[in-house]
Amino acid sequence: MKPAELATCDRTASLEVIVTGLASDAHTWNLVFIQLLLEDLGHRVVNLGPCVPEEEIVESCADHQPDLLVISSVNGHGRHDAKPLIEALRARPDLDGLPVVIGGKLGISEDQREEQARELVAAGFDAVFQEGADLASFEAFVGALPKEVTR
Amino acid sequence: MTQAATTRPRGPVAVHGSRTSFARYVADAQARGVLVVQPRMGFSDPALMRAGLRATRDAAEAVVGTLTIDSYTRVGDELSAVRALNEDHSLNGYPISSLSPHTSRWVLDGVRDPSFPVQVRHGSARPQRIVAALTALGLDATEGGPVSYCLPYGRTPLAESVRNWQQACEFLASLRSTGAEPHLETFGGCMLGQLCPPGLLVALSALEALFFHRAGLRSISLSYAQQTNSEQDVQAIHALRRLAAELLPDTEWHIVLYTYMGLYPRSREGALELLERSAELAVEAGAARLIVKTAAEAHRIPTVAENVEALRVAAAAARDSHRTAVAGARAVPDNPVYTEARALIDAVLGLDADLGRALLTAFAHGYLDVPYCLHPDNAGRSRSCIDESGRLAWSETGSMPLGRVARNAGRLTARGLFDALSFVQSRYDNHFLAPTAAPPRRPRPLAGLSGGTSRR
Ligand code: B12
Repeated sequence: MKPAELATCDRTASLEVIVTGLASDAHTWNLVFIQLLLEDLGHRVVNLGPCVPEEEIVESCADHQPDLLVISSVNGHGRHDAKPLIEALRARPDLDGLPVVIGGKLGISEDQREEQARELVAAGFDAVFQEGADLASFEAFVGALPKEVTR
Repeated sequence: MTQAATTRPRGPVAVHGSRTSFARYVADAQARGVLVVQPRMGFSDPALMRAGLRATRDAAEAVVGTLTIDSYTRVGDELSAVRALNEDHSLNGYPISSLSPHTSRWVLDGVRDPSFPVQVRHGSARPQRIVAALTALGLDATEGGPVSYCLPYGRTPLAESVRNWQQACEFLASLRSTGAEPHLETFGGCMLGQLCPPGLLVALSALEALFFHRAGLRSISLSYAQQTNSEQDVQAIHALRRLAAELLPDTEWHIVLYTYMGLYPRSREGALELLERSAELAVEAGAARLIVKTAAEAHRIPTVAENVEALRVAAAAARDSHRTAVAGARAVPDNPVYTEARALIDAVLGLDADLGRALLTAFAHGYLDVPYCLHPDNAGRSRSCIDESGRLAWSETGSMPLGRVARNAGRLTARGLFDALSFVQSRYDNHFLAPTAAPPRRPRPLAGLSGGTSRR
């Protein structure tokens, strides 16, 4: 991020965010886009990139202790790959309370999107932004975080 | 499609020499003035895969079949592929190395024959197992490349991908001693699908073709993906043809065009119109084969019917433009895409007599630098933009031997990136989707809102 841009944003509201793809997903435009979106809002982003193994996502969170983990997946396997990941994250005491959200094209069909989202929330995600979801609702979610984060 | 299927190999032993080669099939169609069309289709259910192959086979006059491989298999995670099959979860492609060869033979039996060659498309930087699996089925046409199946497809180190692809190419080339003519297509003309200026795409496609040639392959197709401006695309295909003629002696080669590989129009009409433009481009510029996109592209994995529709629409558009155009006739005297590609190729070839090592050095020095690519072995100092005429251009060339550019790239924002990514999508959708009164503050995906699902 360029300094001129940083100066205009409120440093106290700046979050440290990890953005990542899932183990089998090679798509990167989504990751670059989400990174820029968060940076435009004044947050600091570590982008782990595509095809990141589950353990590495967990360890990166343990090392960086971010304020938010954002997962983006569009290849259609996200719905299945995200479940063991969120279970692994929620099993870690040192990551207790870490807000974790996921978005993109999580299944390979357009059916059952609501149901998939509910399943993922039940598995431990704080929010699920399926294809067609409003980016403003993601921004609102992120905007609400600093006040709530006690970490 | 009337040829008898009697020469098709049967039984567990793969016989490579007895079939018409992939390249011959394409060359015959081209000689008849027919554009070969091909889907990007792959399902994890073998019965659906078989049904899909059969349906696409009969969709148009000259069709090549496709087995597109799923993401787990691409990254070498066969465990997850097998688990998904056991749990009856559909994958985004055909898990060729996790299904039994018996099953895959059944999928192909009576479908693949001299009048319907089948190609495996897979996107893997570790292709050895996939190549072994496909050759065990008697297939000998696939796709890839040391660079193009690495940088866009994850984070396998480039050096490892070069080694892997060297092995895979040599293995495929060794099949020539059995009388087969294995075919390999470059993916270098596509890379990340969008926002890569054609000079670099053409250079990468040509360099990968040369890599295949040096490994012993003599049947090669060079890819190029439709971009943002048709005149520039014609120049790119002409440049690729000229480079193929210059670089690939004793080789049966053809150009394969990909219908637009970036963010695709969401409307059905826009999606099919873009497909038709790509078929016309293929005919006009002299490509022999077209890999199509369906009306479902922007949304989800397409159905068999959607694939069949896309093949029909593309074949019809190609037929119509064959009537009005002489393939590849329009001369391109002063071709800036060729000039740029040639500069990049010469810089790479000058680095090392071994092409694999030359490619590694070129990326390490940033002589080749793919814009917006996150791969750790890509320098990441180049940037591109869409200029006033709708052509792709450089806004930063980094260390590539292309001279300086006058443009000031400025800071990249989410909005700026999305506007560039959706340039083609908007152009084709705008005819068909009602224009919004005021431009949305954020790009289009906001339309049709439903809030996210959360537990707050
Ligand atoms: C470019 C592209 C590629 C390039 C990717 C290069 C790269 N390194 O990124 C290439 C050609 C290599 C490629 C390969 C594959 N692709 Co692809 N690809 C596309 C394509 C055409 C455009 C994607 C794109 O650039 N998007 C730009 C970004 C900005 O948009 P986005 O990804 O849609 O993300 C938006 C929203 O989803 C949302 N969002 C995303 N994540 C998140 C996260 C949060 C928290 C929030 C709030 C929002 C959000 O915000 C973004 C902006 O609106 C799409 C189809 C399309 N959309 O037109 C297919 C598509 C995504 N690919 C697909 C598939 C299946 C594959 C392959 C598996 C091959 C195959 N079987 O067809 C391989 C992937 C291999 C692997 N290991 O994963 C499918 C996925 C199907 C599904 N989910 O149902 C699609 C939809 C095409 C299709 N219809 O079949 N692909």
